[in-house]
Amino acid sequence: MSVYMPTTVDEAVTLLVDNPGARLLTGGTDTMVEVNFNHLKPETVIGLRRVASLREFTITPQRIDIGAGVPYARMETGPLAEALPALAAAARTVGSPQIRAAGTLGGNLGTCSPAGDGLPVLAALDAVVNLRSPRGIRAVPFQEFMVGVKRNSRHADEIIESVSITPTTGYQDYAKVGVRNAMVISVASVCLVHDRTTASVRIALGAVGPTIIRAGEAETWLAAQVDASTTLPPDDGIATEFARRVAAEARPIDDHRSTAAYRRHAIQTLARRLYLRSTK
Amino acid sequence: MTDTTAFYDLVVNGKRREVRDSWIGESLLYVLRERLGLMGSKGACEQGECGSCTVLLDGDAVCSCLVLAASAVGSDVVTVEGLASDGLTTDVQQAFVEQGAVQCGFCTPGLIVAVHHLLDHNPDPSAIEVKEALSGNICRCTGYGRIFAAVESVVAVRKGAAK
Repeated sequence: MSVYMPTTVDEAVTLLVDNPGARLLTGGTDTMVEVNFNHLKPETVIGLRRVASLREFTITPQRIDIGAGVPYARMETGPLAEALPALAAAARTVGSPQIRAAGTLGGNLGTCSPAGDGLPVLAALDAVVNLRSPRGIRAVPFQEFMVGVKRNSRHADEIIESVSITPTTGYQDYAKVGVRNAMVISVASVCLVHDRTTASVRIALGAVGPTIIRAGEAETWLAAQVDASTTLPPDDGIATEFARRVAAEARPIDDHRSTAAYRRHAIQTLARRLYLRSTK
Repeated sequence: MTDTTAFYDLVVNGKRREVRDSWIGESLLYVLRERLGLMGSKGACEQGECGSCTVLLDGDAVCSCLVLAASAVGSDVVTVEGLASDGLTTDVQQAFVEQGAVQCGFCTPGLIVAVHHLLDHNPDPSAIEVKEALSGNICRCTGYGRIFAAVESVVAVRKGAAK
């Protein structure tokens, strides 16, 4: 096993090309658990902690770029939290303060667990994942990036460099159910983004399918019921029917964390709650 | 750096420490305890759930069990042993003793590091902020009441001293 600590993305890409299959590591909150329990003994590790550019973010009125190595702690408060309240809400539910100081969006994307808390937010915001390789940058919409349980469309010689998000105008939030209130892996989660500019309401579901699910049919139904270019109506009937339709698009399973039936119920409750909150 | 011949230096508590003949995949927690003899950081869950291995890595409170030690080369590591400048006890440690916030003591080093980190960044935290900051440190025998009382007393004493 070898460990490399590049300081630039170019250097990291070169190392990845020279060491096919190398494990990319930033916070370590997923990989080191596997190493500590002898489930993983990678041949080569490329640590990205020293790549300063990965730990930067930029916010402009047209576009928000978040480096893959920005830890969740920096999304909880400050400029990122103001620009992307749903991301801040999701970041606050990740693990513990210690985990949030280490864990990153790049790690969430690299692992691609359906329960990753950052992922429904990226899905609902129509985020683009920027992958860097010797061929340059490949920009992949999140929905095309995540292709299955812990599977993504990153090529072997690509490094997850950043995500790009077009800012929205309107309410956005993330809500999650776990087995208790703190330090939990998601049992079911929902991100709702209302964008008055594009007159759309987007809703993404976590931990209830092999990938993050965009409830596209429910989104289309809602678009026909309401005028999304302004504040959404606080209509209980619309909220209830919207939530029912959202839950119908979930594809949950029974596993050690919960049951499919409970997950679908939780999605319905969270979707209704977020819709009604968005109307205030 | 390769398998059996891992040679690297870490900066721990302000001192350069040599790590020799270790396996390159060892966690920072393992290296601190087994290679460098710093037994303050405790290992329990080895998966970032319990917080008993909390250290400061470049000023951030993190679980040392989830840090690949070799990736901490060039970083500033502070363990519970490095908090007191005089080698005795810090005000936080003293408050834990006085408030009876230590029973078996296993979670204590991680809590001490987490409390120092909290108060360095937020000298006057609300009750909910204290709970949130310590939510990554699990205690199963003392109970949190006395731990929160210890934090409160440190805040009060530091505020008094600042006047």
